[in-house]
Amino acid sequence: MAFKRNIDRLPIIPAGAKEHNVTCHYCIVGCGYKAYTWPLKKQGTTDSNWIGEDLSRQQGVETEAWYAPSMYNVVKQNGQDVHLVIKPDVNCEVNAGLGSVRGARMAENRRSEITGTQAQRLTEPMVWRYGTWQPTSWDEALDLVARVTARVIDKDDEDDLYVSMFDHGGSAGGYENTWGTGKLYFGSMKVKHCRIHNRPAYNSEVHSTRDMGVDELNYSYTDYQNTDTILLVGTNPIECQTNLFLNHMVKGMQNGAKVIVVDPRRTVTVDACEQVAGAENVLHLAIASGSDLALFNTLFTYIADQRWVDADFIAKSTFQGDVAVAEDAAHPAALGSFEAARAAVKMTLAEGAAITGLTEAQIMQAAEWIAKPKDDGSRRKCVTGYEKGIIWGNDNYRVIGALVNIGLATGNIGRIGGGTCRLGGHQEGYFRPSDAHVGRPAPYIDQLLIAGGGKVHHIWANDHYKTTLNAAEFKRVYNKRSNMVKEAMDARAGATREELIDAIVGAIEAGGIFSVCVDIIHSQIGQAAHVILPAVESGEMNLTSMNGERRLRLVEKYMDAPGSAQPDCIIAARLANHMERVLREEGRAEYADQFKGYDWKTEEDAFIDGYNSGNPEVTYERLRAAGNNGVQEPVKGFENGALVGTPRLYEDGVFTRHGREDGKALFCMGAWRGLQAPGKAQQKASFRFLINAGRANLNWQNWFLDQKNEFVMDRFPVPFIQINPDDMADLGLKPGDMVEVYNDVGATQGLVYPEPTARRNETFMIFGAPNGTQGNVINAGTNELILPNYKQTWANIRKISDATPAAARVSYKSWEVEL
Amino acid sequence: MKCNRLVDVGRRQFLRGGVLGVAGAAAATVMPAGQAQAQQARAMLDYPSNKLANLADLKVNEPMDIGYPDADSPGILLKLGAAVEGGAGPDGDIVAYSVLCPHKGYSLSYHAADKTLNCPGHFSRFDCEKGGQQVWGHATQNLPQFSLRVDDAGDIYAEGADELIYGRLSNVLQG
Ligand code: SF4
Ligand code: FES
Repeated sequence: MAFKRNIDRLPIIPAGAKEHNVTCHYCIVGCGYKAYTWPLKKQGTTDSNWIGEDLSRQQGVETEAWYAPSMYNVVKQNGQDVHLVIKPDVNCEVNAGLGSVRGARMAENRRSEITGTQAQRLTEPMVWRYGTWQPTSWDEALDLVARVTARVIDKDDEDDLYVSMFDHGGSAGGYENTWGTGKLYFGSMKVKHCRIHNRPAYNSEVHSTRDMGVDELNYSYTDYQNTDTILLVGTNPIECQTNLFLNHMVKGMQNGAKVIVVDPRRTVTVDACEQVAGAENVLHLAIASGSDLALFNTLFTYIADQRWVDADFIAKSTFQGDVAVAEDAAHPAALGSFEAARAAVKMTLAEGAAITGLTEAQIMQAAEWIAKPKDDGSRRKCVTGYEKGIIWGNDNYRVIGALVNIGLATGNIGRIGGGTCRLGGHQEGYFRPSDAHVGRPAPYIDQLLIAGGGKVHHIWANDHYKTTLNAAEFKRVYNKRSNMVKEAMDARAGATREELIDAIVGAIEAGGIFSVCVDIIHSQIGQAAHVILPAVESGEMNLTSMNGERRLRLVEKYMDAPGSAQPDCIIAARLANHMERVLREEGRAEYADQFKGYDWKTEEDAFIDGYNSGNPEVTYERLRAAGNNGVQEPVKGFENGALVGTPRLYEDGVFTRHGREDGKALFCMGAWRGLQAPGKAQQKASFRFLINAGRANLNWQNWFLDQKNEFVMDRFPVPFIQINPDDMADLGLKPGDMVEVYNDVGATQGLVYPEPTARRNETFMIFGAPNGTQGNVINAGTNELILPNYKQTWANIRKISDATPAAARVSYKSWEVEL
Repeated sequence: MKCNRLVDVGRRQFLRGGVLGVAGAAAATVMPAGQAQAQQARAMLDYPSNKLANLADLKVNEPMDIGYPDADSPGILLKLGAAVEGGAGPDGDIVAYSVLCPHKGYSLSYHAADKTLNCPGHFSRFDCEKGGQQVWGHATQNLPQFSLRVDDAGDIYAEGADELIYGRLSNVLQG
């Protein structure tokens, strides 16, 4: 039996309830919602309510006058209990009133002392004392962090401080918070040993497109509605960018667009496209895993040979000559002119077909849909969306470059109905001092930590234990190193502050690591931490972020923080204050001076100090007025009482992302070179099953909360692995059985979900699960710029258990709709 | 689904005391102890007991259209042919569900081959053999299932629902 809330009525929002602008903080799409709050003892009625509808009657399809129990909660606001409803905003251009299975649970996933939801949220700072974590004051916790940190760093010598810090918007990220941490670690300090929340280094996921001059978010979502062809590569938008798919791509198909989906797996996106556009207008290119680069180079060659390119655009907007940037340690491929790229990447249809496993006819068909001029001679519009399938796939730099080559050659960047863009994960919200000192390639932090690097580790909402490669080894070493410090602290229980710090430093010098975790929950890596600092999320603070079409919005704070939790920017500021004080006390005045400039009281102060300093037109007040439609970055001005934005980049044909003065885009000259990352080809040869990895509609981007959400955990009590039924028969598996996935790197577990559309020997496993870490079986191999290659992993599978009782109760039916 | 047989729509029952108590949602848990006694805080609504059909009317795997708790709330009554958890009747295989998709309220259609309800709106689907569990989709709840009672004469009555029905903030319409 499925989980049921047994809630059969909800309080009615009264007229006059407080209304707040909310952008969903889970995925990059950034759907508009409205949060309504009102006093606990007040309520609307069927004939007097917020929307002026007669609620004694059944409401119709797509009504604005209904909300689900998941959209309701009771939370604290200014210390008082209030009702909270967070429901999709029909007037937001992004989602037009659509919610998703994630965003429409925002209210339910807030912490509530009354309804008991999200009791897992951290509420007080904690330090390791007497063998466990003890609650303490902010000042005591931050003093300890500052004193230990100050012992291992000095002016111009900060390499022993390792920092893991998110760089995204939405969630608990955003411009305020990336600035807070950025100013601390890249301004006051110049920390070089750092990484980002979902990968083991501090680097861009899309270096090549930027080096080519093309920002990775260059279009408007409406471009999907006004195009001839939608090309989707390594992305599954109905699950991962749900309302971009439902509100924009679907409309594009209804307007006649064809769709090409490049993915080794038949995703639900392929099925949904067939439902909307008709199977004859959908081309699913189920390539061999990791062969995308061969496909794009073949398409590029063929399109160029057919002269289906935009010659004017190439002449005016792209580099003329030969090589502009040579291949070197920082550039895994040379960059240059269209003709230089043509020569460098040349691939025949026969070669491309052999490597990808497609037919030549399929490749020609794709080329026609992408680039063949229409019968009347007019150019074809094509919009391209790509994501982790290639970003975390084989040969990141070259494969993204090869895809952008096609966009540039066909003149599809900076035009209506065009764009070559990543679809994204979180929203964006990056504003920091330069990271140039980190270098390129950036240090491979997780491997350095395994090798004994780092003495103090500050972790801002990162959970390496769930999102790294070679995860089993990482956990083993990190537990050991952090335990050394815990044991030293335990041994000095009752000692003075000075003695305790000496003990910690002694353990660090002996190979231990002092771990400080700033997060909203007690994460898995947080189990190793010595200090835990509670942070807040969007809605518990005012927060600005931009979505996948660079749409900037302010989420208005609608509830109190849990306990004494603080915005990350404020935590960073207070840590800076403590650093300054401690250094001054120690007589290191010059270094202490570097930590001045953090007298922020609120997140708005951090916004003004950071984002506003670079974008003086943009203020909270103006963003509040811009509401859920916000403004698309870059903001160009403020006219007639409204911020003026930029719906689409590069409409003038001038490309700037690489910083070249000539404004010319570059083509990527990266030829196909097989499975590029170390150890991949060998693993493929040694193990039977491809362990493809990705996300699922239900819980991606909010799994850390959903591990305590019954609706979600009831559906997938254990992370699933989809397997072809014939392979299941081979292995003696039944639906719901627990299997172990094992290879040369490690092992993990999954719940067997039959998937008839899966190819033989190709499985799909959910990534980033709290229980069943797929990273355990991913080897340490990355590309030259330390981009992880999570997707190409091979392993064997064996049964370890019958279905658990919880797993036995769930549905194992196909995900494909039958209408 | 094509069987548009009308059912007796029972009398509407109104909550004693008229409108909802304060904090109608899960009132028993929402109200802090000590304040709750001020209201008639009822855990769930009083539902009408409506006769939907007789056992003899049902054919295996052919859903019958129903309306419950009233005619404006469409659902199906279905004999699955094999016992399921929560199934009613002598064979433990009779179930009833709302067919308004809890995502945006489109009408679900039944796919007999795998006993699922499917949504033309945005392609969600629900498993009739697993208590209406959303197999895949956008709804943030599983399908409201109607609790059933079968009397000695084989008459099947609906008597409650376990999730909020799309398009109404009270399963039993008020006011
Ligand atoms: S599609 Fe993304 S942004 Fe929109 S509601 Fe869902 S999770 Fe939130
Ligand atoms: S209305 Fe059913 S999936 Fe949207």
